[in-house]
Amino acid sequence: MIQHVTVVGGHGRSGEPDGVERVEFAMGDVVAIVGPTGSGKTTLINDIELFADANTPTGRRVLFDGVPAPMEFRDDPARNPIALITQNTTFLSDLPVAEFLETHARIRCVETQQRASVVARTLAFANELTGEPISEASRMTELSGGQTRALLIADATVVCDAPIVLLDEVENAGIHRTRALQLLRRQRKIFLFVTHDPRITLLADYRIVMQGGRIRQVLRTDETERGLASAVNRLDDVLARLRDRIREGGRITAAEMEGVA
Amino acid sequence: MKLIICAGPATTGKTAVLRHLIRKLQARGQKPAFLKIDVQYAEEDEQFAREFGIPTRKVYSGELCPDHCNVMVLGDALQWASSANCDVLMVETAGLCLRCSPYVDGGLGLVVLEATSGMNLPLKVGPMLSLADVAVVTKIDRISQAEREVFRARIQDVAPGVRIREVNALHGIGIDPLVARVDAQADVNGPLLLRGNPPVGTCTICVGKKEIGWQSHFGVVRALENQTFYRGE
Repeated sequence: MIQHVTVVGGHGRSGEPDGVERVEFAMGDVVAIVGPTGSGKTTLINDIELFADANTPTGRRVLFDGVPAPMEFRDDPARNPIALITQNTTFLSDLPVAEFLETHARIRCVETQQRASVVARTLAFANELTGEPISEASRMTELSGGQTRALLIADATVVCDAPIVLLDEVENAGIHRTRALQLLRRQRKIFLFVTHDPRITLLADYRIVMQGGRIRQVLRTDETERGLASAVNRLDDVLARLRDRIREGGRITAAEMEGVA
Repeated sequence: MKLIICAGPATTGKTAVLRHLIRKLQARGQKPAFLKIDVQYAEEDEQFAREFGIPTRKVYSGELCPDHCNVMVLGDALQWASSANCDVLMVETAGLCLRCSPYVDGGLGLVVLEATSGMNLPLKVGPMLSLADVAVVTKIDRISQAEREVFRARIQDVAPGVRIREVNALHGIGIDPLVARVDAQADVNGPLLLRGNPPVGTCTICVGKKEIGWQSHFGVVRALENQTFYRGE
């Protein structure tokens, strides 16, 4: 079992080196990756998922327990320690959901007799996160953006069961993101979230700040921020209630704004 | 002389993969030559000659299928590459009917497939995939990791012995394992044989005569240097 993952700094788009020599993630760490759009957040998690070894445009290297990824991480998805949920929420494959999950479970080496239950648990997990439930018979190409994202999060957690989970902008997908984070945080893994969301950021142990394609700095969540987290959550809950009211076709009243206006 | 034959459906990124491969092989002191076999239009030879200063050629197969054309001209092409003092011949061919495959025993067969092409593609391309040594999967940045792994499973179902290499040919990510594979490849030697059985037909290749070089065939043939001509009684 992997204990820690290290990103050895490379450089940004203009060649300017990363602001830190290395960043080390220990098992159980929850890390946010923040920065303006185009600042290199997705590139950073892609470097990790590609097991970069000074062979990607950033020149970064990723080490697992201090050494580069062995070839079997690439050759055998069952040995791949990383589950990545990208921002791509369109599926191109025309398979039914159950067949897709079954095939993925097979290549991730889930035992034959357990596959049906893994598929069922994955769907149940996904359906906790979406408004409109996904059925086994739906085709992957028919799913909405939110349904796809929910299914991918469930797939990463149940099918892949990987020790390292990379999530690119969980908040953008129209899913119950606080529920997703609660479900995910029950598991002891390294979580890296690309995010613009204050609530998710304050859940993290520390955050990596990106700028111009490079790692600008690493900020540990401090006592002041932790103390403010519950106020941020209340504010976020108010916004979530407003979103729900609008989705349900309701009107916004002073009742939803309780505590802020 | 090492021989690399690269096949794959149109627009999957064969040229992009070879471009990165040539760059890396050159950096290691190897001298590649490049032959493009296409039906009616190609400019990769001119691009590669300009970019890398290597010997390049193209052959339009015209009335012939590109895989048949490959059988005809490959013997000549190896001599051409050898006389240009090269040590790797790369052949890029646009397979057409999906019933033949262009790979040759002793050469390295690469098939380039795009991850975005749908889960049934591996079932549709026949010997172009199943007789290859390595399946290079391109455009991996366009789909989710889960979908990429399911695509890998679909390839393995059809072609369990084929190594799968996922690359992002736009940025040259994942090319190094291909370079290592080329390094490990032995030189081609002696009379070359086509790896697969071409489909049943009436031409000498289709009926199972696998010898490389137009000199071994009859009917309408062609050499590297000229257009098709008739050879026989």
